[in-house]
Amino acid sequence: MIAVSEPARARAVVGFAAVLVVTGCAGSGNQSTVLVSAAASLTDAFVEIEAAFEEANPGVDVVLNLGGSSALREQILGGAPADVFASANPSNMAQVREAGEVDGEPRVFIRNRLQIAVPAGNPAGVTGPADLAREELLIGLCAEAVPCGEFGRQALANAGVSAAVDTREPDVRALLTKIGAGELDAGIVYVTDVASSVGEVDGVDIADADNVVAEYPIAVLTGAPNRDGATDFVEFVLSDEGRAILVKHGFESP
Amino acid sequence: MTGLRKRRVSRPPLVLVALAVLGLAVFVVPLLGLLARTPWRDLPALLTGEIVADALRLSMVSSLAATALSAVVGVPLAWVLARVEFPGRSIVRGLVLLPLVIPPVVGGAALLFALGRRGLIGEPLNQATGLVLPFSTWGVVLAVTFVAMPFLVITVEGALRNLDSRYEGAAATLGAKRWTVLRRVTFPMIAPSLVAGLVLTWARALGEFGATITFAGNLPGRTQTLPLAVFVALESDRDTAVALSLLMVAISLAVLVALRGRWWRSL
Repeated sequence: MIAVSEPARARAVVGFAAVLVVTGCAGSGNQSTVLVSAAASLTDAFVEIEAAFEEANPGVDVVLNLGGSSALREQILGGAPADVFASANPSNMAQVREAGEVDGEPRVFIRNRLQIAVPAGNPAGVTGPADLAREELLIGLCAEAVPCGEFGRQALANAGVSAAVDTREPDVRALLTKIGAGELDAGIVYVTDVASSVGEVDGVDIADADNVVAEYPIAVLTGAPNRDGATDFVEFVLSDEGRAILVKHGFESP
Repeated sequence: MTGLRKRRVSRPPLVLVALAVLGLAVFVVPLLGLLARTPWRDLPALLTGEIVADALRLSMVSSLAATALSAVVGVPLAWVLARVEFPGRSIVRGLVLLPLVIPPVVGGAALLFALGRRGLIGEPLNQATGLVLPFSTWGVVLAVTFVAMPFLVITVEGALRNLDSRYEGAAATLGAKRWTVLRRVTFPMIAPSLVAGLVLTWARALGEFGATITFAGNLPGRTQTLPLAVFVALESDRDTAVALSLLMVAISLAVLVALRGRWWRSL
């Protein structure tokens, strides 16, 4: 198709490469690997969960494949043999399930809310969603295909705001990075993203009436090369210990 | 004797042919995959949408602008690298080739740190002129130039180095001034390489993705070129993504094939 490297495609390739490494190594020792495809907004929490799970299960190596939920969905539907899928919205999970790729029922393990992120100190003086309509500001949103883009669109519609968008970033972390660098004046991300970048970004609340609650489902995949490890990992995420880590990172219990 | 030689030529070693076919398959198989997925009946409708028109226009404008910009600053750079001896020339040459090797996303991030609103040069530039390069069409041109210009520089530099300098010397001996030598002797002699370099630069610019989305962002009508539109559509509307991909393949292939016979012999 196109002979260029692209961030999410690159992530897809990394995902595939990880899978190759995984399957290549599986037989060579007693180390087993669980490949977890997780939404970009779960990055910090899942890195910590990975460490806790590996400590509780010696000999198991968790490999995280983080990206926009829609990109992860495409990888799974394209045949990348992941073990676990954790999506930032039910619709991407539903599409994977309709394709017969989900083993059992997906379970909602956590909720998240939206917040407006601004560079630390809020140089543009953003006070609420209405400011996202200011033409003179550089406003970023997530692409509509990823959950934060879809939720952001809903929240803006709820608030009756037509945003003066300057860029639609491929995933929430890319958006957050550009806000943290001061290259964008404001953007809609998750509460947890703001919590993860204290000192770089500040959060501006969206009224509860306008805000959108995101439900995160998790499931073991039908094609999981390591079904036992995948089941253990999902149980761990749903356990008190796993949930405590998620809550620490700003998520809400379902 | 001649019969023997003829038979040798007409029957290349099987192993080589088999490997060559495998090599070709690397390029052709993905294309077949694309063609197999193409929704032929809906193609006209898919390719006439506003987003497609915007992305096509932006891709053409930015790739041609990047090619022009590369010609203006890249050809002199190639000349200096080929003809002027100075300390650290190999380091400079390495710097010029760097964009060919590093991931375009890294290039885009580096551009953001340098020329973004809070960047090393971007901040004073913004304070002095109010200019903001990221998230603008100029940002796209810059990102695309960063990635594509090395193709022009290496092609032209190679041609200049291979040029027999006695022609230029002879012209100078006959009284031609330096600019006249450049215009009447040097450039005509490297013309095929120059055009080949420009075509390669344009083709690379047309396909650029990583640096563009990192530095210039993604907004239909302003910064969303064809590759970005394909990327976004791939996750929401696969038919449109395939149609756009096919459009890019068709444009690139048409230009490369059309120019191949005429200009590429020097490569």
